[in-house]
Amino acid sequence: MFHFSNLVRSKGDPKIITSGPSSLTAADRLARGLGWFSIALGTLELLAPHRVTHALGMQGREGLVRSYGVRELLAGVLTLSVEKKAGLWSRVAGDGLDMATLLSELRPSNPRAGTVMAALVMVGGITVLDYVCAQDVGAQHDAKRGRKRLYSDRSGFPRGIAAVKGAALPRPASSTAAT
Amino acid sequence: MKALVWHGKEDIRCDAVSDPEIEHERDAIIKVTSCAICGSDLHLFHNYIPAMMPGDIMGHETMGEVVEVGSGVNGKLKKGDRIVVPFTIICGECEQCRRGNFSVCETTNRNKHLAEKVFGHTTAGLFGYTHLTGGYPGGQAEYLRVPFADATHIKVPDGMSDEQALFLSDILPTGWQAAVQCDIEPNDTVAVWGCGPVGQMAIRSAILLGAKQVIAIDRIPERLAMAEAGGAITINFDRESVVERLNELTDNKGPEKCIDATGMESHVSAAQPDTLLDRAKQMFLLENDRPHVLREMIYVCRPGGILSIPGVYSGFSDKIPMGALMNKGLTIRTGQTHVNRWTDELVQRIEDGQLDPSFVITHSVALERGPDMYRVFRDKQDSCVKVVMKP
Repeated sequence: MFHFSNLVRSKGDPKIITSGPSSLTAADRLARGLGWFSIALGTLELLAPHRVTHALGMQGREGLVRSYGVRELLAGVLTLSVEKKAGLWSRVAGDGLDMATLLSELRPSNPRAGTVMAALVMVGGITVLDYVCAQDVGAQHDAKRGRKRLYSDRSGFPRGIAAVKGAALPRPASSTAAT
Repeated sequence: MKALVWHGKEDIRCDAVSDPEIEHERDAIIKVTSCAICGSDLHLFHNYIPAMMPGDIMGHETMGEVVEVGSGVNGKLKKGDRIVVPFTIICGECEQCRRGNFSVCETTNRNKHLAEKVFGHTTAGLFGYTHLTGGYPGGQAEYLRVPFADATHIKVPDGMSDEQALFLSDILPTGWQAAVQCDIEPNDTVAVWGCGPVGQMAIRSAILLGAKQVIAIDRIPERLAMAEAGGAITINFDRESVVERLNELTDNKGPEKCIDATGMESHVSAAQPDTLLDRAKQMFLLENDRPHVLREMIYVCRPGGILSIPGVYSGFSDKIPMGALMNKGLTIRTGQTHVNRWTDELVQRIEDGQLDPSFVITHSVALERGPDMYRVFRDKQDSCVKVVMKP
């Protein structure tokens, strides 16, 4: 199997032959995909809000779309970070805001009402995906998973603390880096 | 062979890789019998340490049996020897090595030019770490090539188990050096932030070095219980104010000696608002580290005291209270561990039964479970404190 990184290894260094199972779970990978989706959508909304407002019959609300773009970018960065759970929940909240905005545009006078309806269905689907992913990520990375044990019997001192307290005194003559 | 390979943020895989080969006459190859996941591996896992590359083999706490020796090892090792591999690769000959400053060996970093650009000067080559420190393949693998093997090894005394010897590679001398750097005196209070494996070793070291009281600070109950078992008074920072409690335990004078065994990834919580700001800045690449512990140590340490920092910091840290640091006349001591400087003394203490570092092991698994165990260790699931893997 070709791996680009093998090209930069020195002669005696091991090189990848085949890749095995990863520490990333399916939920982690989905979160990563949703994070990049946020970044892409946020970039579009921030840089080309007219395209969005035109498609949805929302002309004049470019400022709102731009602010949603900033929100998407922040949610994307958070979702791609180690704190992906917080990022995913922020996406769920953002989905709610998107749906409320779209619902307000779902009026008979809007010539693009059909597109708005399609967008609502899409956002609904993504909301479900965000919610399920947030739940899965939260469950998989929950510190409460597994057995709970205390280690009150693990002193590390086979002879007991009293027997060894101060055993290393006097200290070695050279206790700090030589200069 | 099998090895745990870094592929990117939070993506460690158990890959099939080619076997390592002798590259230089001073190299040796060991068959790994035990290796461990270190807290600093999590900084790599989170991609906080710059200059990692996909395909890098993880691991710098390793021991095993010598299976091949280069011609320049000059009889210092032979096939069949059991050795622990210090995480710092040392030549044993340069000016720094001769002074015992092994972690800043001038010879072994094969990417010196990078280190000189970033740090100003080169530091030692490290196993399974960033390419700034040589990008040497690590020991979470079935086999490991040990460069400069004639100097970079610790022979395991007969009768000492893997579990007792393995941590001579890093966390035991790191905790020990952290405590020794404090110049502990019999009336001193030593406060240790972070009860992970290095914090646990620092607590035991401070006890051996005769501190009047050792105070351990964390939020994970099982880690606090382990710290208490080692002789520490504990502070759960989720439940009580660290500053108030430390002052209460020291007649409002503060601890004379403070050890930061947490480093760049301080716990983020609304109760510590500076950590929220640090985390946000870290996310947007405006700051590398979250130095909450460092700030708290400077604030609470007794004037004239010593701050010892074994915790890893990666780059730039903001809002360090330099005014308090300077006016209180605090001394900071830090650095990667000069492992071999402490080896003889620590081996002796283990053999004498003063200390058994295996107390910290909570999980012992096959290498193939490594990717899962990175998650378990990071998420502090299953009461995980230290993972040892058997290839």
